[in-house]
Amino acid sequence: MQRAGSVVSRLGSRLQALPSAPCRSLSCAQDVLHRTPLYDFHLAHGGKMVAFAGWSLPVQYRDTHVNSHLHTRQHCSLFDVSHMLQTKIFGCDRVKLMESLVVGDIAELKPNQDKVRELQNKGSDVALEVMDNALLALQGPTAAQVLQAGVADDLRKLPFMTSAVMEVFGVSGCRVTRCGYTGEDGVEISVPAAEAIRLAAALLKNPEVKLAGLAARDSLRLEAGLCLYGNDIDEHTTPVEGSLSWTLGKRRRAAMDFPGASVIVPQLKSKAQRRRVGLTCDGAPVRAQSPILSPEGTVIGAVTSGCPSPCLKKNVAMGYVPYEYSRPGTPLLVEVRRKQQPAVVSKMPFVPTNYYILK
Amino acid sequence: MALRAVRSVRAAVGSLCAISAPSAGCSPRPWGLRAGAVRALRTGPALLSVRKFTEKHEWVKTENSVGTVGISNFAQEALGDVVYCSLPEVGTKLNKQEEFGALESVKAASELYSPLSGKVTEINKALAENPGLVNKSCYEDG
Repeated sequence: MQRAGSVVSRLGSRLQALPSAPCRSLSCAQDVLHRTPLYDFHLAHGGKMVAFAGWSLPVQYRDTHVNSHLHTRQHCSLFDVSHMLQTKIFGCDRVKLMESLVVGDIAELKPNQDKVRELQNKGSDVALEVMDNALLALQGPTAAQVLQAGVADDLRKLPFMTSAVMEVFGVSGCRVTRCGYTGEDGVEISVPAAEAIRLAAALLKNPEVKLAGLAARDSLRLEAGLCLYGNDIDEHTTPVEGSLSWTLGKRRRAAMDFPGASVIVPQLKSKAQRRRVGLTCDGAPVRAQSPILSPEGTVIGAVTSGCPSPCLKKNVAMGYVPYEYSRPGTPLLVEVRRKQQPAVVSKMPFVPTNYYILK
Repeated sequence: MALRAVRSVRAAVGSLCAISAPSAGCSPRPWGLRAGAVRALRTGPALLSVRKFTEKHEWVKTENSVGTVGISNFAQEALGDVVYCSLPEVGTKLNKQEEFGALESVKAASELYSPLSGKVTEINKALAENPGLVNKSCYEDG
């Protein structure tokens, strides 16, 4: 329907203001959006396409946002995350290249290429190649069971954050990684672009599986306490401020051999800086940019992400506050449309996660 | 213009204008009546209770100087599942086009703008427990 499309494209432009892949986004012309290998597949399944970080992606399909979200937590959902391009790194110095990059998220391509050239100029043996692969995320408590029917490998032996190459539903050369961004058990499957639709269709044959888009993806990750780059963390936040110190390896902390180490490592011992915290509250939903206030009414920070939680039926949010206000249970105030309402600092994840971790 | 427009407004729900991000703005919709159509409303016993629409997808129906406000079917469909309604307190005085509340979906908030000037005499209390009524019954119960 044309009109629904124009409203949804405004939703899309809102999403575009919050890119999660900062490098490859708004530099391209507004009308030239990249398409993933599943573009036609999305349209065929009723996907409402929006512009997101320079890509045309489905924000939702025929189900409502809430139903799509809940289905992921109760069954499983299939997401197209091919906009997160995959790169193969070659050469015996490839580890050196990886370690010279920012700890944690290494999705940006441009800095990689500069770094590659820099290392090559110094005589290192390293090269990059962007792969012509799609990336499908299958997430939810029944994801493993759905996938098991199409692979020979025993998925019980593939725990959280491990990866293996295998044939999936007849498509060879797929890399399956036990990870995702919803807080649920699940996998991300890297599949050659030419076979992406065939694989997606095979997965969708199982009645447990439903397609889900960006809307559900955002509310799921927020319930799981996971950051949206560009909102919750950006070039102005350190891992310590972002409550992400766990990403810094012990050896790397000691060696201080990563960009920003001289700023970040001292922060590990200090309590001087702001911290990213979770907030819960009743009343009006709290969204990005809402001011956070002390109980006395002084502005002490701001919300960076927030939404009504479909699972908890409360409002959940993330924001930054000074260290002294960051303990779970601390009562604070949040301002929504010029009215203040009480909020509580809460531990994240807001909804318990179900990562498949072997004991 | 409207002489004694509508003296009181019974706010049920309201209009659609996405506000939650810097890039959002209110652009005029392709259908719906101009604000002038609302102004043409006169009170009087002979007047049939007709639903009038604003540019922002609200509707208003007046009867005996009481106006009832809601949002259109197109608006509720575009908004998606309403999970929270922010409505004014009874007794609040509103001016036409003044923001008086919001409807929230999981993804975004949409502000409500009063199509009329008047005083709020009643709010739809059912929406506190059941905000989904806006989607299920946007012209009656929601």
